[in-house]
Parts: sequence; C-alpha cells; structure tokens
Amino acid sequence: MSRLEVAAAAQSLPALADDLHTGRPAWSRLLRDPTAVAGLVVVVLLAVAALLAPWLAPHDPDSVDVVNKLTGPHRAHPLGTDELGRDVLSRVLFAGRVSLATTFVVAAAISLIGLVVGALAGFRGGLTDATVSRLVDVMMSLPSFLLALAVTAALGPGLGHVLLAATVTWWATYARVVRAAVLVERERPYVEAARALGTSERRILVRHVLPNVVGPLMVLTTLELGGVLLGLTAFSFLGLGVQQPTPEWGAMLSDGRSYLSTAPHLLLAPGGCIFLVVLGCNLFGDGLRDALDPRGRIRR
Amino acid sequence: MGRYALRRLVIVVPTVIGISMLAFAIAHAAPGDPALERFRRAENRSPTPAELAAERRALHLDDPLVHQYTRWVDGALHGDLGRSLTTGREVAGELGDRLPATVELAVAAALLAMLFAVPAGVLAALRQNRIGDHVLRLVSLATASLPSFWLALLLIDVFAVRLSWAPVGGRAGWASVVLPAVAVAAGPAAVLARFTRAAVLDTLGEDYVRAARAKGLREVGVVMRHGLRTSLVPLLTAAGTAVGHLLAGTVIVERIFRWPGMGDLAVDAILARDYPTIQGVVLLTGLTFALVNLVVDLSYSAVDPRVRLDASPRRA
Repeated sequence: MSRLEVAAAAQSLPALADDLHTGRPAWSRLLRDPTAVAGLVVVVLLAVAALLAPWLAPHDPDSVDVVNKLTGPHRAHPLGTDELGRDVLSRVLFAGRVSLATTFVVAAAISLIGLVVGALAGFRGGLTDATVSRLVDVMMSLPSFLLALAVTAALGPGLGHVLLAATVTWWATYARVVRAAVLVERERPYVEAARALGTSERRILVRHVLPNVVGPLMVLTTLELGGVLLGLTAFSFLGLGVQQPTPEWGAMLSDGRSYLSTAPHLLLAPGGCIFLVVLGCNLFGDGLRDALDPRGRIRR
Repeated sequence: MGRYALRRLVIVVPTVIGISMLAFAIAHAAPGDPALERFRRAENRSPTPAELAAERRALHLDDPLVHQYTRWVDGALHGDLGRSLTTGREVAGELGDRLPATVELAVAAALLAMLFAVPAGVLAALRQNRIGDHVLRLVSLATASLPSFWLALLLIDVFAVRLSWAPVGGRAGWASVVLPAVAVAAGPAAVLARFTRAAVLDTLGEDYVRAARAKGLREVGVVMRHGLRTSLVPLLTAAGTAVGHLLAGTVIVERIFRWPGMGDLAVDAILARDYPTIQGVVLLTGLTFALVNLVVDLSYSAVDPRVRLDASPRRA
C-alpha cells in the first residue's frame, strides 16, 4: 500500500477503535471477502515456503556449476540456473527468507517506535507533542524512500545500514496515526473514570489507552507491509542492501538484468515473488480496512 | 488568499531548515574523517599528520558544528555546494546538468499517470460497484504492487529487446523517454485512479450535485461542471504526494535505463561515498518536494474558496 493511501486511511483510523472491539463481525466480514482471503493465502504460502527453504530447495542455493549456467527451466532446475549455474528455484526460496524476514523486522520495529513516540506525544501533549509533531512533519516532507536513501548514504552501503536507515526514517506515519488515536482516546469517559479512581498516569496510558490504539496501528502495519518490502528490495536492487552472494529477491533481479536478452527467466521468479507478496498484503489490507469499516468512513 | 498564503509560507520554513540540516548531517554522520578521505582521493596516499591538520583547517572541520552548518548554508545559498570527491567537478554544476533529465522524465511520467488515472477513476465512480469498478480496483491494486524496477526490466525485455520498439536505455529523443516514463508512472497512476474515484464519489453525493440534477442538467454536465471541479482539491493533494512517488521512482528507474538524471547521480554518489554530491542531491530533491507541496496547497484556495477560511488545509 502506498504512503499516500495510508495517509488517507490514517485520517479516520482513530474512529476505527470502536469497531475493533466488536471483533467477531469484522472477522466474519473479512473471511467472506474472497480477494482479502486470497491475498492472505498468497502471503502465508510464500512465507511458509521461504521458512521451509532448507527442506524444500532441490539444490544448495550457493553451489556453483559453470557448465550448466544460464540454462532455461528443465527437470533438474525447474526455474533454470543463473550466471554461475546456481539453481534459481533454490535461490528464490532462500532469498524469500532474507526479503521477508527483513520486511517483518523493519515493519515491527517502525510500528513499535511509532507506537511509543506517538503515544507519548499524544498523551503528554505540550513540549513533547510539539517536538514530535515538528520532527514528524519534517520527516514526512521528504519521500520516505529518499529519506532512507539519504541516511544510507551517510552510513554507507550494507544490509545492516539499510535496515537501520529504514527503521529510523519510516516510523513517522505510525507516530502520527497513534498520536491522533491517543488524542481521541484520552478524552473518553473511561480515562476520566480511571483517573478518578486514582490510577497513575502511566498506568492509564499503558493499561487503558494503548490497548485501544493497537487495533488501528495493526491495520496500518498491514497496509504498509507491502511498501516496506518494495522499499527494502529496491535498496538491494540498487546494490546498497544485501551484498553478494546472499540470495535476496531485489539482489537477484539486479544480478539477472545483465542477462536480460539471453536469460529472461532470471527475472520472472524473484520479481514475481515480490509482486505476489506486495499484492497479497495490499489485497488483505484493503479487505481488513473494508471489514473494519463497512460504512466506508475510511476512503477507498 | 493573502493571509492564507502567508501562513502556508511560514509553515514551510521549519521544513526547509530541517531538510538543510539533514543534508548537512549526512557528511558528518558518515563514519571516517572527511579530511582524510579527501586527501587520500586527491593524492592517492595517506597524509602526514601535518598535512591532515592542514586539510582539516582548509575544510573548517575544527570549527564549531554550528559555524560549519551556517557556512555550508551560506555557500548553498550562493550556489556553492562544494566539489565532487570523485570527479572534482562543482556539485552545483553537476546537478544543473542532471536536473533537466530528471524533470523531463518526471513530467512525462506525471502526464502519463494523469492521462490514464483521471478518466479511469471517473469512469469507475460512475459505475460504482459494477463490473468496471471492480476491474479497476483489481487492476490498480495489481499495478500499485508492481516493483518499479521489475516493471522496468520487463518493459525492456518486451519492448526494447524483443520488439525493438524503443531503445534499451540512454536519453536520446522522445522514444527513449517512453519506457522509463511508463515504469515511473505505473505506481502513482494506480493510486491516483483510486483517489479520483473516491473524490468523484464524494462529490456526487453532495447536495449541490443533487440540485444540479434536479434542475435538469444533463448527467455529463453534472459530472464535468460540478463533480470534477470540487474533486480537484483532494486530487491536487494526491498529485502533490504523487510527485514524491515520482521522485523516488526516478531514482531506481533512471538507474535501469541509464537515464542521466539526479537519481542515477545519487546512487553513483552513494556507492562512491561522494558526500558533497549526496548532500546536493538531498537538498535539491527535498526543496523541490517542499516547493511542489507548497504550490499544491496554495492552489487549493484557487480551486476551492472554502479552504481560505480554514486554518489548516485538508491533507490526505
């Protein structure tokens, strides 16, 4: 899902908190949406395949066989071999581990940072809020990919640096959404009730407000998952992230493009995997939003 | 209009300062000593301690950070962004050479995106929940999910290698801009189409649209005169953010098509750790994006007078 759509969705996300408590109807609506279910199935299947790569892969992903290099698909190598004669199917499976693991780690990290920063800004208000809000404004004033690119530039190429750069630059949207949700929640009667009972501010935030904010945040995380994968694979494609010989979808595409005219099969599998996972996330995220928001308060 | 414009201009100041600080910080957050780095590249050997100290003085690296920052900003304001560590060229000159190529690609992609997205979105809105609407939803979701670098490679494979309809890369004539523009435009077009649909649906539900229908206007007139005009505000916002996507998209696509623009320059600079060039690209791109969003916000008030009364413009 694009940052643009997320921003639009985020506008009315706080209102979602109410619907999320209903739980059951939302789930059944979601399961009755065929495209959302299809999206989830695709993502889960590819994730499981990547997870089971050591058992599913027909060959060692790194074993070189220069005699049989750049061969098209046939029985021994269902997806053909690359420029070093390595089995493309095995490499795609192992690449999925790297691509998907980094995506989930970054998505989890930026959601968590957004949750903490946004909750503190929204709940504390005052100077904390002003500082965070200005920082978020500046961060969102640059396209997110370029912002991460700038930080990677400072740190230098490398997977660790790219993950760090993505983590420190991509949490702004989440913080903005969480802050908005907390601003709504903290005015609710239950917060007043808790305060009247003498509950500490910290406990009110952690035990009462946060659980009501986690729902919208999860919707946002799902919507953004595809975008995170696209961003991270783009870094590897540019040669800034994963380095040789580690298999990764973006890096595989980058290697394969030199053999475009002779071995186009090198492009289909890794690119297709990225496409399917992103599409799956977007379909599921779309369905999730529709299920939680049947009246269409969140723009489609 | 005047007060609104002024208020909007004031908001852009911290953004611009933030962008300049980010660009400045890149060279200083970088591991290693810039003086050592510069000396090694220029002389191809390690400096003696005295030479290193001289180099540090020449680069003003021993000054307080605040002085270094103001000096850098002062230089940037006068068009001096330093020299490239790899080519020794003035960064400002290099950026000036590269900018037209990126602008050409971005404008071509933007036109292409709007050409497809706006009519598609309007049609989908008019056929809400019918087959055409569902098809557009799936097509736009699929297009938005395409990695731009994969799409670019597939376009090259089919249209340049197999069919020879367009060159594989480089910048020579209008034919060379088509494939990269399509690769850059696809994602933003998909998003724009869905935004157009939502915006038109919103407007068609408004009272004045019902009034226009009630007084007997033909449906075409209702949609064109009343529906589209008010839809322009959310669409402008979408277009502003889409420019961000376009800029990000050009980085990767330029690389693949060997398009001699800023994105291509940026990746080369990052790989070579050429910090002055990186700083220049970040500064110029950030300012461009801020400027585009400023223009978008200001144009709201021209399209929709209601915005002028509102302190904070609607942002999607």
